[in-house]
Amino acid sequence: MGPGRTETFPLRTDEDVLRVRQTVRIWMVEQRTFSLVEQTKMVTATSELGRNVVVHGGGGTARLELLSEGGRLGIRVTFQDQGPGIASIEQASRDGFTTGDGLGLGLGGSKRLVDDFEIASEVGKGTRVTITKWK
Amino acid sequence: MDRIPIIKVGDFLLVSIQVDMHDRLVMSLQDDLTTQVVKARAKGVLIDISSLDVVDSFIGRMLGNMASMTRVLGAEAVVVGMRPAVATTIVELGLSLTNVRTALDVDKGMAVLRALVNPAGDEGGHGSGQN
Amino acid sequence: MTTSRQSRIAEILTRHEKPILEEWLREQLDALTARQDLISESDLRIQSAEFLGLFTSACRAGSLTDITTVEWKPVQDFLAGVSRSRALQGFSPSETATVVFSLKQPLFARLRKELGADAAALADEMWTATVLLDKLGLYTTEVFQKAREEVIKRQQLEMLELSTPVVKLWDGVLAVPLIGTLDSVRTQVVMDNLLQSIVETGSTIAIVDITGVPTVDTLVAQHLLKTVSAARLMGAQCIISGIRPQIAQTIVQLGVEFGDVVTKASLADALAHAFRLIGCTVTRQAPRA
Ligand SMILES: Nc1ncnc2c1ncn2[C@@H]1O[C@H](COP(=O)(O)OP(=O)(O)O)[C@@H](O)[C@H]1O
Ligand SMILES: [Mg+2]
Repeated sequence: MGPGRTETFPLRTDEDVLRVRQTVRIWMVEQRTFSLVEQTKMVTATSELGRNVVVHGGGGTARLELLSEGGRLGIRVTFQDQGPGIASIEQASRDGFTTGDGLGLGLGGSKRLVDDFEIASEVGKGTRVTITKWK
Repeated sequence: MDRIPIIKVGDFLLVSIQVDMHDRLVMSLQDDLTTQVVKARAKGVLIDISSLDVVDSFIGRMLGNMASMTRVLGAEAVVVGMRPAVATTIVELGLSLTNVRTALDVDKGMAVLRALVNPAGDEGGHGSGQN
Repeated sequence: MTTSRQSRIAEILTRHEKPILEEWLREQLDALTARQDLISESDLRIQSAEFLGLFTSACRAGSLTDITTVEWKPVQDFLAGVSRSRALQGFSPSETATVVFSLKQPLFARLRKELGADAAALADEMWTATVLLDKLGLYTTEVFQKAREEVIKRQQLEMLELSTPVVKLWDGVLAVPLIGTLDSVRTQVVMDNLLQSIVETGSTIAIVDITGVPTVDTLVAQHLLKTVSAARLMGAQCIISGIRPQIAQTIVQLGVEFGDVVTKASLADALAHAFRLIGCTVTRQAPRA
């Protein structure tokens, strides 16, 4: 299936993160235009941000979309949770910063792996991160 | 699969990761491996990740941990078979795994282990990891 | 919808889809006489029928003044597809836009037939249809342009690949002699090629020779370091050779950490180092005359 396709997945457990990243891989392979490195970068960013939803955001959802814009093909994943939110996005995005026991590479690293990266968060309300890879 | 098999080959343990692992599976592998290193009195551990098409910071950290723990237990560890796309990606992610020894494939990894465990022997292998 | 009068374009299109299609096809075939080599009549027929169907539904469902709404998405996507394939096939931009513009003639003829009595209504509808088709026509040109740019970019990439060969120097030893200016894209291509060759040849040592690279800036230096790190993660060691004094100075001034990367002044030094690493010795059979 091509552009216009969307699907939303729950993100509550480790297995959910696994399923979402595997689905991103399948969608990208099916499009036949993304290189192996591009696929791997997007899948890895999905894994990082999906885990953040489960670990830091108390669970939420991942929405996958295939896009076409001006003849360009894209895949977008939107991660959404109603968790505690992030007080300082600037600080949280710094490599090595973690409030847990992670490596603190999820936010900063994902941003480097994708073409578009957007984050919106409000303390007490939740966090939404959107990543897109274009071809 | 709810456990990654750990196979004993002579003095060494071989872990061949064949599935995309969720985080709990990663954690249990870490536990199993340290237990096995002690139980089998292994001198080296070879972790084959050639089947993995994604290594994120969690799996990366686990690889680093397994290497360090193995060393603490008096054995050597080598990670083999990382795919080019995975290597490119985790460098961009910011993961350097400088404490992990690496080799291209199982054969070369075995040679590295033998050379490390038995430096007097003329095995000719060489590790590319830095300590 | 903001038009004062309800437009009848959608209704007219729906009722007369068949004759409009036939006339439109004739228009296109006339315009494309010289291009029978690029597209067959039957393909053109299928394409035109599909477009007219999508166009009619969009006119029925959506605004006639704004083609960026969701109702127009299928039309846009279809046109994007046509434009792209025409760009790749070697059509000109105007030939591509003609697909849309040539619909004016049959559509206007139909409008005249249906609304002829009401001059004001006819003028309104013609204006609406003109603006609408012009927008769609411009859209095809935009996509066409983008597709051509992509073709050029891809060709550049292919050239880059050709200009950065990975050579096998010895069993287990690869080299990439880099010549010319290094930018991010080119360095990425080099990196991908090199890592792939490492796997394919089972090489444990890769020499990246930058003798032929005039300048190294921070970004390029960082790219080189990333290549070294990625190769190391795979189990291969990189040696960077051909670092001229001037580049060494730049690297230090830029504060880039080359850390424990092995660097050598010349490719020959790097090869000698590689031999040492794999346990090879080179001996001269007889003293040179
Ligand atoms: N969805 C989220 N909800 C709340 N806090 C988050 C979320 N994602 C990230 N954070 C915060 O940002 C920090 C950095 O995240 P990240 O870079 O992924 O590193 P890590 O997950 O290893 O801690 C986290 O430690 C956490 O405090
Ligand atoms: Mg994280």
